Formats: sequence, structure tokens, C-alpha cells
Amino acid sequence: MIKRLFPHPLLSLMLVFVWAGLVNKVTPGNLLLGAILGVLVPLISSPFWPNRAKLRRPGMAMIYVLIVLWDIVVANVQVALIILFKRREDIHSKWVCVPLDVTSPEPITVLAGTITMTPGTVSAVLSADASCILVHCLHTDDPDGVRDDIKQRYERRLKEIF
Amino acid sequence: MDTLAQIELEPWAEYLVCFLLVVGGLFGIVGSFGLIKLTDTLQRLHAPTKATTLGVGGVLLASISYFWLAEHVITFHELLITLFLFLTAPITANFIAKTYMARNMPPSDVPQTEGDYGWSIYDDPPPPPRHSSHGATPSRD
Repeated sequence: MIKRLFPHPLLSLMLVFVWAGLVNKVTPGNLLLGAILGVLVPLISSPFWPNRAKLRRPGMAMIYVLIVLWDIVVANVQVALIILFKRREDIHSKWVCVPLDVTSPEPITVLAGTITMTPGTVSAVLSADASCILVHCLHTDDPDGVRDDIKQRYERRLKEIF
Repeated sequence: MDTLAQIELEPWAEYLVCFLLVVGGLFGIVGSFGLIKLTDTLQRLHAPTKATTLGVGGVLLASISYFWLAEHVITFHELLITLFLFLTAPITANFIAKTYMARNMPPSDVPQTEGDYGWSIYDDPPPPPRHSSHGATPSRD
């Protein structure tokens, strides 16, 4: 029953928060409206999400968010330096193929997003069976290092979270 | 205009807000400059997905700290903008990269996958596992 009413409890919670943030004022009426949205939207959209995403370790997820935020700042500075101070012909762009250990769509999505936002890399495309991800690297002389970095720093943590 | 002019900030608070605005502006400029300087589409993707994040982030932080220091209200709009930006920027970049590759790059230009199937823009996904078998999760793009 509860499962039917709340097919995606995390999404419901998220919607309440986003609604409260959008109106920018926390009043009982707003929270009620947010709660109604939080129930209705997942109910209506549940056919598109057959599997319920599970967060096994929310604490790890918070740490992950902080790490990624920090890495975004670092990556910003690195890319800015490359753009400003490297000559065009000194920028060695390379493709890196990262084999994936995670199999479900949610961690892969998060990983692809993280790769794009962080260290000088953009995730381009998945292989057809979702077993590796093709990453474009703006400037590197050590493609294997980039791959190991992504696997060590992000994928290992995502495997623990989901 | 009047309401804005009446609010007086402490000098240090003013410096903080100015600093954040300048940092944000600098990264915005660098991101846009990258679009001119870098040579091919895939390289150009890097500039707006990264350098601009901190550009927008700086302006948002400046906005948060201004309203907090001057009017003592904590606004959540900026946090939501950050959230939406982090959701949309990678997806846009991914779509642009895929479209570019599908239209302009033959499969021989990119490295091989390490699995049995090729990249999803060139190859069909494996058939869904009907009878219990090995088979990885079907790709969902």
C-alpha cells in the first residue's frame, strides 16, 4: 500500500524541498502544497521509472557531493589555466575508455555527470551494452592515469552508495 | 532604486561580495574565450561545462552572501539554480558530444570498447535477456 502510494520516496522528499525552495518561504500551506506535489508527481510518472533507486548509504552520498563540489572548483581552475596559457598545438586531447563495474542506470548516470563536471573530461558515449564509457579528455599525457583516477575516486564510492 | 541605496554593507562584506562577483565574471570570460580559442567541437565542450560552472557559481554565491549580510535572509533560489545547473550541464554536453560524433566521426576515429559491443551511437544494444542468462543491463540511452 505504502509502496503504491509512494513509488519513489526520495523523489517525493526532493520535490517537497524544491517546492519550498521555489516559493522561498516555509509556511504550513506551502509545505502542504509541496507534499501534494510530492505525492502526485511520482504517482503519475512512476510508469517511466520501473525500478526504485536505492541509496544504501546516504552519509557516503553527502561525502561524495562534497568531494565532487571541491573537484569542480579544482577542475574549473585547471581548465581555465589550460585555456589561458597553453598554445593550441600544445593541448593534447585524448579519448579514454573507462570500463564500468557499476551496472544499474542510476550510478552510471551520476558517474557520467560527475565525469563531465570534473577533471578536464567530458563523458561522450556509453557502449551499447553499458559496460564502458567513452571519455574525452581536454589535455592529458597519461590516459591510463585519468582512467584509474575516475575509477578510484568516483566509481568506487558510487559502488558503495548505490 | 531607493531600497537598494538605503542598504549599507560593512566594508568587509562589500569586499567579499565584490570578490565573488569578480571571480564569477573572470571564469565566465575564460569559459567564453575558450569557445574561440579551442579548435574542434569536442574540445570546445570543455570550456562551457567547466569554466562556466564556477562563473555562475561565483555570481550565485555573491547573491547568497549579499542577501544574507544585507537583509539577513537566507534565499534558496540560488541553491536551486545550482542544482538545476548541475543536472542540465552534463546532459547538454553529452547530447552535443553524441550528435557531433554521430554526424561527423566515423567509428574508426574513436578507440574500441573493451567489451563485446561497440559504442551505442554506432551499435545496437544487445537484445534484452529473455531467458536467464549472463547479459549486462541493457543500455538506456
